[in-house]
Amino acid sequence: MDAVLFLIFAFIAVVSAVSLVVQTHPISSALSLIGVMISLAVLYLLLGAEFLASAQMIVYAGAIMVLFIFVIMLLNAGAEPKQKSKAKLAKWIGIPLFAIFIALMSYIIQSMLPKTAGVQFGAFTGGAAQEVGRSLFTQYLLPFEVTSILILIALIGAIVLARKEI
Amino acid sequence: MNFYILSLIKAGLVAFVFLTALAYLQWIERKVLAHIQLRVGPRRVGPHGLLQPLADVIKLLTKEDLLPPYVNKFFYMLAPFLAVATALVSISVIPFGPEVDIFGVKTWLQLTDLKIGVLFVLSLSAVGVYGVALAGWASNNKYSLIGGLRSSAQMISYELPMALAIASPLLLTNTLSFREMVMAQDGFYWGLIPKWTVWPQFFSFIIFLIAAFAETNRVPFDLPEAENELVAGFHTEYSSMKFAAFFMAEYANMVTVTALATQLFLGGWLPLFPEQYGSKFVPTLIFLFAGLIALYHGFNPARSFDRITLPIAGVAFLGIAALFLVPFLQPILLPIFWFCAKTGGLLFIYIWIRGTLPRFRYDQLMHFAWTFLFPAALLNLLVTALVVALRS
Repeated sequence: MDAVLFLIFAFIAVVSAVSLVVQTHPISSALSLIGVMISLAVLYLLLGAEFLASAQMIVYAGAIMVLFIFVIMLLNAGAEPKQKSKAKLAKWIGIPLFAIFIALMSYIIQSMLPKTAGVQFGAFTGGAAQEVGRSLFTQYLLPFEVTSILILIALIGAIVLARKEI
Repeated sequence: MNFYILSLIKAGLVAFVFLTALAYLQWIERKVLAHIQLRVGPRRVGPHGLLQPLADVIKLLTKEDLLPPYVNKFFYMLAPFLAVATALVSISVIPFGPEVDIFGVKTWLQLTDLKIGVLFVLSLSAVGVYGVALAGWASNNKYSLIGGLRSSAQMISYELPMALAIASPLLLTNTLSFREMVMAQDGFYWGLIPKWTVWPQFFSFIIFLIAAFAETNRVPFDLPEAENELVAGFHTEYSSMKFAAFFMAEYANMVTVTALATQLFLGGWLPLFPEQYGSKFVPTLIFLFAGLIALYHGFNPARSFDRITLPIAGVAFLGIAALFLVPFLQPILLPIFWFCAKTGGLLFIYIWIRGTLPRFRYDQLMHFAWTFLFPAALLNLLVTALVVALRS
């Protein structure tokens, strides 16, 4: 059951990622990105990271992508014209060669990695909100605080830049 | 019993009751609004217009389904589906009552209990924005586009105070699961007043309600479909079933949000006062009273029609009152009654406000969210966190 769900959502994630690159219309690309994010959230859920999954849904798929779509709608960006590539050779030989390259690389990387036990669905239990909060405020306190200051600086920077325009 | 069969039965029951309730919520809204405005409301179809929802559904199903030539077809079709799917799923994590024993089968009156139940509802509402925004954009119509833009801006803005208002009771109950949250609110102060989080968290309850009105695009925050400026806003170009999908999504969102408020602040299925003062007999008394009133008016009819319909309604009410006295059914019906009473009360407030308040102006709406509601929610959260930290 877990493996089937994993395969389904991994497939959706990969298809959406390809469609994100291939689509010519910005809205279609943005929606494909949302598809990637939501299927990633399901994968997190399968691995037992519930809090991360819901944060992914609320922050990435919800808040950030809504802003993307908002901007695209405001700018009223249309579809970009498809560029006709004249090189037929690149199309017919390039794609299989690229696939072979990826397969080779993944094989080499996998054989270089140390042998570890495979991921067990449901084996990880530290994904609830309590555990995440505890480790954020004990083990990873410094990176957490540094990140928050970084985000604050970015926020102030955005406001300063926007002020200049007015 | 097999887990899958049990879940299937429960899901079917909940889906049926939920969809029927949505249809009748609209009838109740029209009736209440009509009485606020000194009209009588729908009363042609069936006794007192009770079959009006059915007539509406048939009308919407049989209308011509227009597909305008200038729309972006794929997203135009996708948008209502997205809106209604995200709106209907949330009900699956809401508990209607505690664990009950039905013919030896122990089960919770809830479809599923997630450890991240609250976050699940929030993430669904976050994704639900796309339905409205895409509908506005894909319709290729200026009014629709403005409606879609307004609604996405409004929903992003009001999501923040809503999430902050939700966080404060979570600090008190110390859980994200709805089931545990309600159980944390069990008990009574001085043996009389229920230990609901609405008392210590009154401000966040009010902030949540205001933000919820904006999240569901209801009056006084229904800018996305302001009729006098935008025709019908984001669903101007939709007809037939697709229009019905948006309509259903709006009402489903209303029910979800009020059920959420019931769980978070009003103690879910827990009774209003302790059992030793007779909270068991409240539903019986209410239905008995309703039945007697209906019977009285049935025997002294103001309209010839009432001679038949009101006694039937009266007998039905008396039957329901008797059902609540059956000891075997009591543990199932009582929690459901309290849950429905609280949710229904909040839904009535929704309709009441629609009949009372005028619409905000758009800049007022944004100004209110960012300069008042958000800081107030933040302050409330900080104070709550401080108190919780000092107490432990």
